[in-house]
Amino acid sequence: MKNVNIKAFVIVGLLVSLLIAIFVSPFASSYPDGLEKVAEIKGFLEKGEEWVLWKLSLMPDYSIPGSKNEKIVTGLSGFVGTLLVFGVGYGVARLIRSKRS
Amino acid sequence: MHVPDGFVSGGVNAITYIISGGVSVFAVREANKKLGDKQVPLLGVVAAFIFAAQMLNFPVAGGTSGHFLGALLAASLLGPWISCLIMTVVLTIQCLLFADGGLTALGTNIFNMGIIGGVLCYYLLVALKSIFPKNKGGYLISVAISSWMSVVLGASACAVELAISGTSPLSIVLPAMASVHVLIGIGEATITTAVVGLVLNTRPDLVGTYSYPDARTFNRMEA
Repeated sequence: MKNVNIKAFVIVGLLVSLLIAIFVSPFASSYPDGLEKVAEIKGFLEKGEEWVLWKLSLMPDYSIPGSKNEKIVTGLSGFVGTLLVFGVGYGVARLIRSKRS
Repeated sequence: MHVPDGFVSGGVNAITYIISGGVSVFAVREANKKLGDKQVPLLGVVAAFIFAAQMLNFPVAGGTSGHFLGALLAASLLGPWISCLIMTVVLTIQCLLFADGGLTALGTNIFNMGIIGGVLCYYLLVALKSIFPKNKGGYLISVAISSWMSVVLGASACAVELAISGTSPLSIVLPAMASVHVLIGIGEATITTAVVGLVLNTRPDLVGTYSYPDARTFNRMEA
């Protein structure tokens, strides 16, 4: 396994990330996360609700408002998000590298 | 531990926006000095992996879940400043596209996860490395402890911000946040150590903080 080509390393890494995001994330735990749970128990959860920005994001909570099949939509969110993060990360890195003084 | 809008006061959000903005500018400058050709695609793929893995909430005690953070993974491969940039990219996209973390709280989230998790815990990793044996085992133990700490410290910072904001008293929110994230941090340490170990076995030169003689000599990102 030594000396794996960097291109192969990145492609495999991206594929693994996409597989996780598309096929595994729909089956992730739907329990509230640590902060949400603390907010619920300690009684400040409602402070984070009813915010305008919620309506501006295209896929709030990794879902599409009004969609029926939650698992497919979560997988789709994972697909879109993973590719977008890769693209933006790669783009930012190239931009920073190209500006070398 | 993505803070939504409304949890943290305007003052706290303003201060963390200024700090996170300033650190991001500094991080871009540092990245400009250190980013090698290999690290350009690596930055993209590490960011993508962190985003994907953050979607996998795993159950911890009492009807609560936690998920991977990834800042220390990025820092161990690419150093503190590129880690902070990666977390900024991931958190910004999560916030804008998925409403995961509030827009007003984006500076707070970058501070808790990118700066504390990525930058501060990178220096913790460097300090631990000097204590433990200078080999793969000692290195991976340092990675495990510092990644666990990244979650515990990030959550504790979040609790302090909630307390300063008047959302919940520190004596209540700090123990509550710290205790649940002590458990979530075990998941963080497991994933981070496994992935870093895997990269060490395939491309040791890509683990920037692994600077022992048995790593191959090339390393622009040396700790």
